[in-house]
Amino acid sequence: MIIEVSQLRRYFKKVAAVDGLTFGVERGAAVGYIGANGAGKSTTIKMLTGILRPTSGTVRTCGLEPLRQRRRLARRIGVVFGQRSQLWWDLPLRDSYRALGAIHRIDHRPRLAELAERLDLGSFLDTPVRQLSLGQRIRGEVAAALLHAPELLILDEPTIGLDVLSKERLRAFLVEQRAAFGTSLLLATHDMGDVRRLTERILLVDHGRLAYDGTLDGLARHAGAERTLVLDLTEPAAPLDAIPGARLVGVEAGGLRQRLSFAPGSTTVAAILAAVAATAQVHDLTVEEPDIEAVVRELYQSPSAATSAGVPGRGLAASPPAFPVRRDGARP
Amino acid sequence: MVEPYLVLARMHVRAQTAYRGSFVIEVFASVGATVTGVCELYVVFANVPALGGLTLRAALLVFALGHVSMSLADLFFGHLDALPGYLRSGAFDAFLLRPLPVLPQLIGAELSLRRLGRTVAGSVLATAVLAGIGIRWTPAAAGLVALTVLCGSAIFAALFTAAAAVQFWLVDGAEVTASFVYGGQYAAQFPASVYPGPLRTLFTFVVPASFVAYLPVLTLLRLPPPPGLPPWIGWCTPLAAAGAWAIALLGWRAGLRHYTGTGS
Amino acid sequence: MWPTLFALGFRRWSAYRTAALAGAFTNCVFGLIRSAVLIAVVGTAGGALAGYDRATAATYVWLGQALIGPVQLFGWSELAQRVRTGDIAIDLARPADPMLAYLAADLGRATFALLPRGLPPLVVGALVTGLALPHTPAPYALGLASVALATALSFACRWLVNLSAFWLLDLRGPMTLYLVVSGVLCGLVVPVHWFPGWLAAIAAATPFPSMMQAPTDVLMGRSGSQTLVVQALWLAGLLGAGRAGFALGARRLVIQGG
Repeated sequence: MIIEVSQLRRYFKKVAAVDGLTFGVERGAAVGYIGANGAGKSTTIKMLTGILRPTSGTVRTCGLEPLRQRRRLARRIGVVFGQRSQLWWDLPLRDSYRALGAIHRIDHRPRLAELAERLDLGSFLDTPVRQLSLGQRIRGEVAAALLHAPELLILDEPTIGLDVLSKERLRAFLVEQRAAFGTSLLLATHDMGDVRRLTERILLVDHGRLAYDGTLDGLARHAGAERTLVLDLTEPAAPLDAIPGARLVGVEAGGLRQRLSFAPGSTTVAAILAAVAATAQVHDLTVEEPDIEAVVRELYQSPSAATSAGVPGRGLAASPPAFPVRRDGARP
Repeated sequence: MVEPYLVLARMHVRAQTAYRGSFVIEVFASVGATVTGVCELYVVFANVPALGGLTLRAALLVFALGHVSMSLADLFFGHLDALPGYLRSGAFDAFLLRPLPVLPQLIGAELSLRRLGRTVAGSVLATAVLAGIGIRWTPAAAGLVALTVLCGSAIFAALFTAAAAVQFWLVDGAEVTASFVYGGQYAAQFPASVYPGPLRTLFTFVVPASFVAYLPVLTLLRLPPPPGLPPWIGWCTPLAAAGAWAIALLGWRAGLRHYTGTGS
Repeated sequence: MWPTLFALGFRRWSAYRTAALAGAFTNCVFGLIRSAVLIAVVGTAGGALAGYDRATAATYVWLGQALIGPVQLFGWSELAQRVRTGDIAIDLARPADPMLAYLAADLGRATFALLPRGLPPLVVGALVTGLALPHTPAPYALGLASVALATALSFACRWLVNLSAFWLLDLRGPMTLYLVVSGVLCGLVVPVHWFPGWLAAIAAATPFPSMMQAPTDVLMGRSGSQTLVVQALWLAGLLGAGRAGFALGARRLVIQGG
């Protein structure tokens, strides 16, 4: 197992940011670590990488103790913090890779050439990092994290602030890299689009505790959270309220744009489109993922969440009604 | 093992020499400190022929050697005073995520070549004084001078490190620790014999300023040592440096422990 | 308007309380070293030198350290920075004369700094070496006026140095020169009265002794209102030069489109 966490706790002045977390991640897996802001994601990652000492409990990353064996671990993992840079700020981007190559004692050039091509870094390799746009910098950071071919890639909110196109490009790259090298992935995010595209399993953390462990669709089903398909039609049509498995939730511009919500288990985007095609022509579409806060809320209110039926993956879902939810506003 | 630091250092040197014009000005500015120090000694000695057993020439030698030591330490370790900035912005974590020890990374993150101006000025002054002061130049004497500069730099470097370690605890502690470091440097310029008891103890054993230049010069010029100390006391600078570094490293490790213990 | 600017200067700096106390701590450390050196000098010279004995020499040092903060001997580059960034245009557009506006703010800052920067060195000095200060009120009243004049004078000098930003790219050259020359000639290291003849003559031809030596002389009762007159004359002259220089620089900026 590439990550093993047991009864992990971390207090900040009496407030528990992480409160008894236990889970494991297999080598080669891609796990989405999701939760609202302040749920404890970044704190967990800091403990996984040796930046923060746990108050109690154990943590093993790549079989090593992060705090005590920090340097050995640093050779085996790559970390990207979306909001903090690890590149050399004042120097051209290329120099960061040269430095990292020297630090990891590898010849960085072949790997850099490959990464530069895949992430399209060529046009700004000679620009100082502080002059890069957010999207460019994140791509640079991801390349830096992968330069030494780590076993595990940890990403903390990598797509925050990126536009849709950049997000998709980054996601496509990560999928490709995983397929080629089998790198394990831990992705902390509250963007469900990231999770859907990149991971097979999600860990939902709320107030420092594990609230769900399974697939995204399983979560959505349990929580009854729905995806929304926004259809832009070629000409205004009558409300599409008879599509099987989908619920009409909005009609705009006199029928030119219509929003259909559906629960992932009950139908698919393709099926909906096929049904819609019978009565209207679709010009463009967008899929909106359920908002993570809504999912968490749903999770704690849904009566069916007590079962773990049909949930592949490790562990069991905690049963929310019996779960001691701390709603006293004391968020870490 | 040293390779990563060399690469980093080369990169930073290149980045700095890219700005020619202001580089010259910076060098000029860093010489200003040397000039101020010489003037200070001059106006003091304009009134008395000797102070604390030193003539103006000897005092200038003490000043110059201390100055060179400090400037070398500042050149290599000076970037440590940027630590509070790294801690505040969260950029410090990047050091922890690399497979290298943190202290060398922080030190090597910037090498300010412009601080060389002070080194050159101090060296010129020291050479001039040494030439005119009438020492019998034996290998031992030359060795003592070299050892003094080396260990003096080490002592100041240890002070920088200890001062940096304090920043892990004190949020705005930079100025307070600077008082000790720069106070120590200032104290090293003058003969320690003028300081009253407690101050002398402070600047000999707590912040080993006297070992940086004053005591070695006494030994070099065969002047009487302070009461209670042997005439070869000037050769003990390495001990003072080792002690200073032991404390500095302990403090640094404790500081790192504190940082990972409390989070940012 | 002036009282408001003064008060704003005061309030702006009170936010830097910790920095002020830390600065005072540095002053105390340096005061300990310098007083020891001067006492040794007086001792070597036979107990008295140019009217200073050990006690008054030490007092001289402590007063000097106490004044460093308020008088702000060491560096100020706000005007130069604003010229470089172009913010100076805002100042030019305001109804108040920029130089006097900054002066009012600086006096506010100095007033705030009097307690946190001025008191600690005096307390430490009183405990360690003892302070030989006069027992009558007159020197203190005059002294306060002298300190105010010294602060304004220091401001005028810093202002003039900053004016170089209108013509030069980098402030550091002129500023370094200013710091080196003023640091020695103002009497911070040793009293100006201890300077060898030729150096004392040079110092007398500069405003620097009026920034440090003058207020300490008045506070220690060594001189009176004549010193204040000298300070005032220098102040008038330098402020005039400052205003003229600023007008020249501003015109250049406007013409060049800085």
